[in-house]
Amino acid sequence: MRSTGRLSLWLLLTPFVLWIVLLVLLPHVQMLRVSFQVRESWDTLAFGVEQYRNFFTESYYWRTFLRTGVMSLFTTLITLLIAFPVAWYIARLARGRAKGWLFLACLVPFWASELVRTYGWMILLRESGLFSAALQALGWADEPVEMLYNDVAVIVGLVYNGLLFMVVPLVTTLEGMDDNLVEAGYDLGGGHVTVMREIVVPWAMPGIVSGCIVVFMLTLGSYLTPILMGGKDSAWFTGQIFTQFITRFNWEQGAALGVLLLVLSSLIVWLGLKLTGQSLRKVMG
Amino acid sequence: MTGMAVDIDLHCQDLVRRFGSHTAVNQVSLEIPAGSFFSILGPSGCGKTTLLRLLAGFDRPDSGDIMIRGQRMNDVAPNHRPVNMVFQHLALFPTMSVGDNIAYGLKRRKVPTAERQRRIAEVLEQVGLAGMETRLPQQLSGGQRQRVALARCLVLKPTLLLLDEPLGALDLKLRDQMKVELKNLQKAFGTTFVYITHDQSEALVMSDRVAVMRDGRFDQVASPEALYREPATPFVASFVGDNNRLGGKLLARDGELAQVALADGRSVSGRLADSGHHPTPKIGDRAELFIRPESLVLGAAEPGHCTLTARVRATLFDGANSRVEVEAAGERCYVRLPQDGSVPAPQEGSSVTLAWEPQLARVFAAEAS
Repeated sequence: MRSTGRLSLWLLLTPFVLWIVLLVLLPHVQMLRVSFQVRESWDTLAFGVEQYRNFFTESYYWRTFLRTGVMSLFTTLITLLIAFPVAWYIARLARGRAKGWLFLACLVPFWASELVRTYGWMILLRESGLFSAALQALGWADEPVEMLYNDVAVIVGLVYNGLLFMVVPLVTTLEGMDDNLVEAGYDLGGGHVTVMREIVVPWAMPGIVSGCIVVFMLTLGSYLTPILMGGKDSAWFTGQIFTQFITRFNWEQGAALGVLLLVLSSLIVWLGLKLTGQSLRKVMG
Repeated sequence: MTGMAVDIDLHCQDLVRRFGSHTAVNQVSLEIPAGSFFSILGPSGCGKTTLLRLLAGFDRPDSGDIMIRGQRMNDVAPNHRPVNMVFQHLALFPTMSVGDNIAYGLKRRKVPTAERQRRIAEVLEQVGLAGMETRLPQQLSGGQRQRVALARCLVLKPTLLLLDEPLGALDLKLRDQMKVELKNLQKAFGTTFVYITHDQSEALVMSDRVAVMRDGRFDQVASPEALYREPATPFVASFVGDNNRLGGKLLARDGELAQVALADGRSVSGRLADSGHHPTPKIGDRAELFIRPESLVLGAAEPGHCTLTARVRATLFDGANSRVEVEAAGERCYVRLPQDGSVPAPQEGSSVTLAWEPQLARVFAAEAS
């Protein structure tokens, strides 16, 4: 009896353990090891921090690193500001079928791959694109307007990619909120801003934080959108990792940059949880 | 007439609220004197919650006026009305401590911190929760949460406190205890309470006056005792307190007494109800006689009493509330069975005589339904 119970427990755990060990732990340990390897000549390796030193001495690396971090935070904030009213409408105002349709509308873009979605934006924003043509037709521009290849275009694309992942946790938490809480907020003398700040936002905090974590991580680690929509000045850190691994074949440097990106995202998520007073278990549970 | 006008805290005139073709609140007028406990009693779906939401300002009447201390409130937003509400599920803010829940309203009124702390401590003391400021609502028992919800409103000293069946979620014993406590708190604070409930016992125990509501209208507004003794309509007679109903035709009238012929041809008598709210039946009309279980006497008929033979179906022992279920003239009736040994419990299936003083029975014209 006891042994069958233990057997079924192990059978259930095996896929999970395999996944964690093979796909999460092993590659990262390997990457960490490679990042500390210094190639002295073609067949001799030593251990050292040269790759990390490169990162801090070469301003292009850490500038891109900071830029990626700041822009990802900014993208997350904008996604939150756009997703909140959408989620509020779906969770609290829409009824019956309308609710299902609205959810579906948020999901539809994800039937296409990120590449196709990004090309969709490029068709709209490029010099010979739809927006440019419309501006000229309305007489608001004299010549074709290039709206691609700048930071705004990158953020537009990234926000679009992250929206669903912000809307879903927000809808879930807002749906669980009793109407009477909002009414009590007004009844006791609060205005719209007070009720939002003191009652709705604290209630929705687990959803806000979990949505922000997911969107931030997706944005920080995204590759196609910033590369395709950003210009040559809009470098993204994942692009540099790609260059090191694939173009330069410098796996040691690429691994070091990869480890740094992991550290950055973990650090910012940890900070975010600390600042909002949430725990990872509460937010993800 | 004392010559001194009583302050009226709430005055409503011909309030109407429709939802599509359904009229939830239909021409309701009411007046509530300052410092009184007013209950609105009715079955679910009678429109009492809608009426309360009109008073709180969450909903607007289609027509009619709401006046609080003489000020018209129709266009005043809920956060600017001198009215606070205790919600059915209390709606305590789960992310705030007890102290912060109570402080919420005071902060909106820009009460300075020191004064705020003092008033929070004071109101918690008054509701018997002294020193609980830092607790979270989830850490309190049902009765304690109830008191926090009350304190959160009472600390703002509203003109009117609205209560939406707040005792519904409590278990029976605690509910009985809270009824008394709520009444005492209302007296201590002197605030005007408007309490809605479908539980007639809550309304009777706590209220100074009760409005019985049905299908969006008030059937009767009276003191609990008057409702019980002098119901104005057959609905009030059957809804407030236990009552037995015997249907038949009006046979004869003798002053205020009426004789009703039951379905099996026997006749019984009772006093005709006041004709103010409900039409008086004419001879030959369908009529209903209501008689309370405690007014029925088993066996011994005194002179002047009206009698009816019935068959015993079951004895329902429930301590002081013990009753005998009988069948009389094809209708099921309940008779109170005193537990002081004065009446032996009758045998099931046996035949008994029910007797009552006709003055204690009420006769109404049957409702067209």
